[in-house]
Order: sequence, then structure tokens, then C-alpha cells
Amino acid sequence: MHELSLCENLLEQVIKIAQQHQAKTIESITLNLGPLAGVEPLLLDNAFKILKIDTVVANAQLIINTTPIIIECPHCGEQSSATNNYLVCPSCQSNDTRLISGDELILANVALYTAT
Amino acid sequence: MCNTCGCNVTPGNQSLIQNEKPKEGLTTISVLQNLLTHNNNQADHNRAHFDAEKVLVINLMSSPGSGKTALLESTIKQLKESLSIAVIEGDLETENDAQRIQAQGVPAYQITTGTACHLDAHLIHNVLHHMPLKGLDLLFIENVGNLVCPASFDLGHHRNVVLLSVTEGDDKPSKYPVMFKAADLVLITKLDLLPYLDDFSIDNAKQNVHNLANKAPTLTISAKNNLGMDEWISWLKSEIHQHQALLLNHQTQKPKVQQDGALLHAKATPHKFYPVKTHQH
Ligand SMILES: Nc1nc2c(ncn2[C@@H]2O[C@H](COP(=O)(O)OP(=O)(O)O)[C@@H](O)[C@H]2O)c(=O)[nH]1
Ligand SMILES: [Mg+2]
Ligand SMILES: [Zn+2]
Ligand SMILES: [Zn+2]
Ligand SMILES: [Zn+2]
Ligand SMILES: [Zn+2]
Repeated sequence: MHELSLCENLLEQVIKIAQQHQAKTIESITLNLGPLAGVEPLLLDNAFKILKIDTVVANAQLIINTTPIIIECPHCGEQSSATNNYLVCPSCQSNDTRLISGDELILANVALYTAT
Repeated sequence: MCNTCGCNVTPGNQSLIQNEKPKEGLTTISVLQNLLTHNNNQADHNRAHFDAEKVLVINLMSSPGSGKTALLESTIKQLKESLSIAVIEGDLETENDAQRIQAQGVPAYQITTGTACHLDAHLIHNVLHHMPLKGLDLLFIENVGNLVCPASFDLGHHRNVVLLSVTEGDDKPSKYPVMFKAADLVLITKLDLLPYLDDFSIDNAKQNVHNLANKAPTLTISAKNNLGMDEWISWLKSEIHQHQALLLNHQTQKPKVQQDGALLHAKATPHKFYPVKTHQH
């Protein structure tokens, strides 16, 4: 529901990186987004299409990688995949599990052309 | 499948394949930064303000109408003689929640969120220059009534309390896992209405929270009939004591917030508390 403001933060970070690297244009922006990040990829993509107009990222492609939900159990040491509302260890039924992937909301990389 | 026509390109390997054929002058900069970094830094700054004045800050989140303001009213009634309390009101301005709190004789500061669906750390910092923190024991933040996005925003507070009223259904934790995973305490509210509802099971609600690998305690209360209020008040008092003890060791505590999976999955260490330098807001 706040994808527009998140996208503003994203563009701020990307524009800063573009300036640091004296980018001419930006080819793509890659995000790692977990199902438990509380962000709707489609809404984020729509926000990007609106906000990128007339900026240095106007021609950039937004790539959203959905990360898998993976939990680790401290009791049996097992790593397993899980769904967003069932994070119990499938081997020993413990609910002490730790989420090791699945809630990311991360700017992973920016591919850009530098001025030559 | 072949490597010439693109039929092996899936969304998962697309970026890898693109990197295989580097284009002239194209550089990929690895960043690995959370999109909420800016908010999170502001939240740490807010927490330093709160910790400098030894105030425990509690963020109340729920759907609209679950009873956040009613809970605050009856909590304040019971505690205002023994503790110094204030409220930051972030729920819809039109509900007059701030006036309801002020009527209990404690300071309440309304944040105008407009159409915003959540509070963020900057909105909270803006309020800090209008309110004296000195001498406060307990500060409540009533968040916007919304089970989706408030959970993602650290405000600089110490504990998340998530309310679920019995009229909403016991499956809410499964439908809104991000919110209920972030709860440090789940309060099942409007307990007085339970006899009239045949489809709300407290056990199911608890089980659905446990299924999220969240071992937060669950308390059942009715602000209307004062049921379960003693347990809630004891929880608050023990949280205040625990926070004071941490501060003596120059530590503080953060609410349950997103950990960004593997990127930040180093072992949980006590959060250090760094005093803020006095600064102009
Ligand atoms: N029966 C009953 N009604 C309640 C209780 N707590 C709140 N309410 C009612 O629920 C409605 C919403 O309460 P409010 O505190 O404004 O919810 P908020 O939007 O979460 O702040 C109001 O009509 C309250 O009177 C309760 O414990 N029992
Ligand atoms: Mg309210
Ligand atoms: Zn929001
Ligand atoms: Zn296990
Ligand atoms: Zn082919
Ligand atoms: Zn400040």
C-alpha cells in the first residue's frame, strides 16, 4: 500500500549511485523481494513506471527477483522451504524457526552505462 | 531448449544470462541495500531520543476499529496515577482519538497523516519537537488502522502490540502474516463479545500466530468490561522494568521488524544504545 513512497526511496538510492558512477544511462535495476516483505511486486512495478518518467532511470528496466521463503530450525538444524503463513519446521514441528530468506526488500544491483 | 533463441530464459535466470554477454561500457554495481534504510536510520535516531529520557515506547497496530483507542482510554485510567504517560495519535484525525485521550488528562499529539496508510520514523521525529519527553515513563503510538504496511516501518519504538478483535475472525494472523509475525504481544480484544460469536476460537487464533514462528504471548481483554486488564497492565510494567534494566547496561531493544532474510541474518546481539547529542530539530 505504500509502494509509491518505497519507489521514491528506490529512485533516490539509484540516482545517488548513478551520480557516484557518472552514469550516462541506467540499463536495469534489480530488486530482491521476499513474499514476507509486505510489498506487492505489481504495485511496485506500476509505481516505477509512473515515477521514472523524466528521470535518469527513464529507460531502465525494473527486474524484481522473488526470493524463496526458507526457514532454519535451531533444534534439528534442518533448512526447509515454507509458505508465508506456515513457518513451522516440517521435520520436528518446532516453531522456533528463523527466517533466513523471504522478507527481503533489497536493492540488489544497478546496471549502468558510464560516460566514456 | 537451446542457447540461441531465448526459449531458456526464465524470470529466474534472466539477469544471469544478460550478464553473460556484457555490452560495451555496461557495468553492474552491486548494492545490497534495504529500501527502508533511510527510515531505519531515522528510527534508530528516534530511539536514541527516547532512551536518553528513559521512555518505553509502544506501537499499537490493528485493523480500523479493533479497539486501540478504547484500550488506551482504559489503560490510562488505571495507570495515570502511578506512571507518566503520553500518546502520539496517528490514527485518522477525523476520529477525534486525540481528544478522547486528552479527556483522560494525559498529553496526546495528533499526527496528520492525510491519506497515508502507515506512520514512518520521520513523521514521529517531527512530533518530537512538539512534545516534552522529560519525565515520561510510557509513550504509546496509535498507528493507522491497517494490517498491511505499518508492520514494515520501525518508528524508533521498543515494542509492537497487535490487536485482534473477536469480531474479525481467528484467521486474521494467517491472512496478514507480516503483521502478526511482527507482534511482540498479541491482544485479543472485545472479549465481552465472544459469547455472541460462534466462529472465533481463541486457541485457533493463538495457533495461527504460532504457525508464523512467533512465540509472542497472547492476552485476551475487554476494555469495555475490564476483563483481562490486569494481565495487560502487568505486561506493560514488566516491559518498563526490563527496558530500564537494559538502559542501565547501555543497551536498548528493538521491536520485531523485518530482518531481510539472509542478508542480515547474523546472530541477534543486544542492541547498543548511543546517546544522542542535543540537536536542533
Ligand atoms: N464490546 C466492545 N466494544 C469495544 C471494545 N473496545 C472497543 N470497542 C468498540 O469498538 C469501536 C472501535 O473502537 P476504537 O477504540 O475506536 O478502535 P480503533 O479504531 O482501533 O481505535 C468503538 O465503537 C468501541 O466502543 C470492547 O472491549 N468491547
Ligand atoms: Mg483509534
Ligand atoms: Zn503504507
Ligand atoms: Zn526442526
Ligand atoms: Zn530454442
Ligand atoms: Zn532528533
